[in-house]
Amino acid sequence: MKRFAPLAVPLLLAGCDGPASTLAPAGPVAAEIAWLWWAMLAGAAAISLLVGVMIAMSFGPPRETSTRRWTHGWGLGFSLVVLTTLLGAGLWVGERILPRDDGAVEVRAHAFMWGWHFTQPGEGDNMVETDGTLYVPVGQPIDVIVTAEDVIHSFWVPQLAGKMDAIPGRENVMRFQVDSPGTYRGLCAEFCGLGHAGMLFDLVAYEPGDLPEALLPNEPAEEGAND
Amino acid sequence: MTDIRATAADAETPEAVLDIPANPPRRALGLHREIDRVWRNAPGWWGHVTAVNHTSLGLRFMATALVFFAIGGILAMLIRAQLATHEGAFLDTELYNQIFTMHGSIMMFLFAIPMLEGMGIYMLPKMLGTRDMAFPRLTALGYWCFLFGGLIMLTALFFGVAPRDGWFMYTPLSSAEYSPGINADVWLLGVTFVEISAIAAAVEITVTILRQRAPGMKLTEMPLFAWYMLGTVAMMLVGFPPLILASVLLEIERAFGWPFFDVARGGDPLLWQHLFWLFGHPEVYIIFLPAAGAISTIIPVMCRTTIMGYGAIVAAVVALVFLSFGLWVHHMFTVGIPHMALAFFSAASVLVAVPTAVQVFAWIGTMWKGRPQLKLPMLYILGFFLTFVMGGLTGVMLAIVPFNWQAHDTAFVTAHLHYVLIGGFVFPILAAAAYWMPQITGRVRVRGLGEAAFWTILVGFHGTFFIMHLTGLLGMRRRIDVYPENPEWVWLNLTSSIFGFVMAIGFGLFLLDLVLQARLGQRSPRNPWRAPGLDWSLRLPAPSYNFASLPGPRHLAGGDQVALSLSRGQGLLPGAPRGTRELLVTGIGDARPDHVAILPGNSHLPLRLSASIGLFVLFMLAGLYWLTLPALALVAVLIWVWGRGMAWGADLPPIEVAPGMTLPVHVHRRKTLAYTGAICLLVANGTFFATLLFGVAFLHVVAPGWPAPPMGNEDLGSASLVAGAVVALGLGTVIARLAERARLAGHAVSGPAVAGLMVNFLALGLIAYLAATAMDDPTRHARDALRGVLAGYIALHALVVSGFAAFAVDQWRRGELTPRRAGCLPVWRLWQDYSAAVALITAAVVILQGAGG
Repeated sequence: MKRFAPLAVPLLLAGCDGPASTLAPAGPVAAEIAWLWWAMLAGAAAISLLVGVMIAMSFGPPRETSTRRWTHGWGLGFSLVVLTTLLGAGLWVGERILPRDDGAVEVRAHAFMWGWHFTQPGEGDNMVETDGTLYVPVGQPIDVIVTAEDVIHSFWVPQLAGKMDAIPGRENVMRFQVDSPGTYRGLCAEFCGLGHAGMLFDLVAYEPGDLPEALLPNEPAEEGAND
Repeated sequence: MTDIRATAADAETPEAVLDIPANPPRRALGLHREIDRVWRNAPGWWGHVTAVNHTSLGLRFMATALVFFAIGGILAMLIRAQLATHEGAFLDTELYNQIFTMHGSIMMFLFAIPMLEGMGIYMLPKMLGTRDMAFPRLTALGYWCFLFGGLIMLTALFFGVAPRDGWFMYTPLSSAEYSPGINADVWLLGVTFVEISAIAAAVEITVTILRQRAPGMKLTEMPLFAWYMLGTVAMMLVGFPPLILASVLLEIERAFGWPFFDVARGGDPLLWQHLFWLFGHPEVYIIFLPAAGAISTIIPVMCRTTIMGYGAIVAAVVALVFLSFGLWVHHMFTVGIPHMALAFFSAASVLVAVPTAVQVFAWIGTMWKGRPQLKLPMLYILGFFLTFVMGGLTGVMLAIVPFNWQAHDTAFVTAHLHYVLIGGFVFPILAAAAYWMPQITGRVRVRGLGEAAFWTILVGFHGTFFIMHLTGLLGMRRRIDVYPENPEWVWLNLTSSIFGFVMAIGFGLFLLDLVLQARLGQRSPRNPWRAPGLDWSLRLPAPSYNFASLPGPRHLAGGDQVALSLSRGQGLLPGAPRGTRELLVTGIGDARPDHVAILPGNSHLPLRLSASIGLFVLFMLAGLYWLTLPALALVAVLIWVWGRGMAWGADLPPIEVAPGMTLPVHVHRRKTLAYTGAICLLVANGTFFATLLFGVAFLHVVAPGWPAPPMGNEDLGSASLVAGAVVALGLGTVIARLAERARLAGHAVSGPAVAGLMVNFLALGLIAYLAATAMDDPTRHARDALRGVLAGYIALHALVVSGFAAFAVDQWRRGELTPRRAGCLPVWRLWQDYSAAVALITAAVVILQGAGG
């Protein structure tokens, strides 16, 4: 997060921390989106102010004013310029955070009522299955393949990236990357019934050379699957 | 083109072709008594049951919607109480889920939609210069369906079996497997029951706007509110069928096990999402447009000027209607849509802000042009500007895909949608209430209370929802009841909850203001705002008949002189000398007088028909599926009785509506109001069918569980059965034409009508035989289930056109079909053509699908 602090106003960020905060990014994808948010907020504040001033100035005696200036100038022209700029920025950011075929680490997240089952690489090519905790290396792009067992869920680690829905019968892919080791809060973001609020998980990011114990092959129960 | 209405009024002389002489003046009071006797409701409580009058029913729609608003508001307070702390133990999760589901469903389906319907039903005839809606009994039917559907949902809440899967009812969570019990059925059946009223209102508002405008009120010069409502109902005719289809399919899946959304059997949960948001996004604009219509009406009056950019605003409305159907996918950015599609829908979602911006700037320009006065309606409009502009800006943010991925399903979206809906609907409605209450009650409001309510609501609203944006960005998901691991959200939520209660107090003050005004207010003068337009040239409160004589080209500007002249019978078609409810029907574009329509009077048939539909719904809910058949038979019988009420046994003499101007009565016209209404209904029906075909194509191409298992009985026999049904329905179209030709020539209509009955029965029989012998088990795979639905849809239409043919036989027997009276034949022909067309398309689709594997 410190890397991106100069981009925004540090004072504002002080109140924006928290384990599930999208405004305290811990990876490049979330950081790009947070940057986009602060830019949009600034633009929106400016436009709100502009409209407010226009309305305030309307109070007073009647005056001659050109219809076309309002409907075509402000209505069409101004809005199209702002919206095109914004759309361009959105597409640009969107393009940068897409998964692409570049040999990223692949992990699987399988959602069920109400929990998460993960498959991730352990030592060598060994795939390790875990419940409730996803382990990924830092500094590498990760593609998470999201699937569902029963109803629709959604995979979300707010500090790292946006959401990807887990839908029965489908495999959805989302990319993220973690900057520094630690434990991050993961949540189910799609309403899935009684256990929805408690459907949390941990994402543990580790230095590639420092595999966490759960991924080591000394626990036979968690070893084996190779799909 | 600063102001079309103003310039058109100036340029009246060059082509003043439509000059209708005035009727001789009469005593206003005598005229009032004569016409009120015919138009008023029956006395006592029975009068409430049989009322079909648009003023009574419009008010009743709005009052009932307000009650539901209060109930939805109480549910919101329960939600806020639960979320005020991070381990709220106020509600358990099950109840909490029911409450937020019902809060959304009530506010959407039982408050917003009925409120705007009621507004249209109440206001439009008054603004357009007519005496009632096109189909008064349909207005009443819509009201009862709304009330009964709403009561079913409330009763479920009372007994703790309310829907609990969110107002969007995503499958598979709402499927029989994961939502056993009747909770989900209550939603599917209750909402669909209520939507009958939406379709009914959309049909009759369309017909009323197109064909009941005062003579001389061209489409391009009608009040902007009518343009907004026309856009709204066009969207309703096209937007609601996908929701109705989705609900029907899911209910069939839940009740009978036919798979549409079940992945294991070729369905796809995403089909539900597409159908739901195909309705759900236009829905937002369906709610916003009438409110924007009220704003466009009120701002010029509050600023003592005329609206700026009439043409640009109409263009913006039309653009919104079309664009709003191209961006439903922005509710589904996280479901794994291909990237090109994401970019397209993102661009479309951004683009929709342009027509909205055009309107907002036209309104601000109008304020610059005039001299804004800070009266209560204007205060609410300022509240609207503040709130809606911010909601619009966060909406644009959410259209940007990467940000949407973060904000989706968080409190940020909750905040956004409340800014849009309360800003874009509730504030304008409050402005409209302050503006039109004198017309409804005939009284002036009590000073000060309205202003206090405004400020309390404004402060309460922004206090609740402004910081909720931040709550969402800090990661708070929607629809959670506790957040023990996130104490950092507590102060945000607590603040929202406290201001939520402030807002509730504000709405309480608003209601109190309404009641005090109705009970204690002083009598209002006739046009308290000195507003132009016909809606303010009525007596206050508005009388049952609106206009003692109908306005013509010279009366459209409104004003005191017009009001006087109309109430003294100098307009068209004065009084009710024949003891029937009469109004003028005019041409769609130019509003030239075409004929006089005689409307039905007070009736309890709407109540009986909606009660029998309610019986069907209750049997479905109870799982007593066989008992639904007699209920449906009862519905069919009552529809027949309804149709009989439109039949005429004798010729009627033409009516002199003004000196030298004599018009025929509707029974002697082919293109009646009912004919236009039938076309509107077929537009909605066609959308339903097109959406069904979309479902077939979507599952075939996109769903994971395909190709489908091989068909069991695909042979020449079943193909010829299908072909036979198509040919039979096609023959029906020829026969329906022959029937009209025979009628015009004075020959017997009985021959073609009986032949029509026989071919339509034949089609029905062939489909039934096909279903019984050759069709695969519909519970096996989505393809077979969809074929079952298609067959059922065609069979239903064969049944309907059989009904029309039988009705024609009956009308011939009674002597109601003559060269001068068309009876049911024109509408039969419409439905017969439609049925043959959908049968042909269905056959082609089934063949194509078979060939494509």
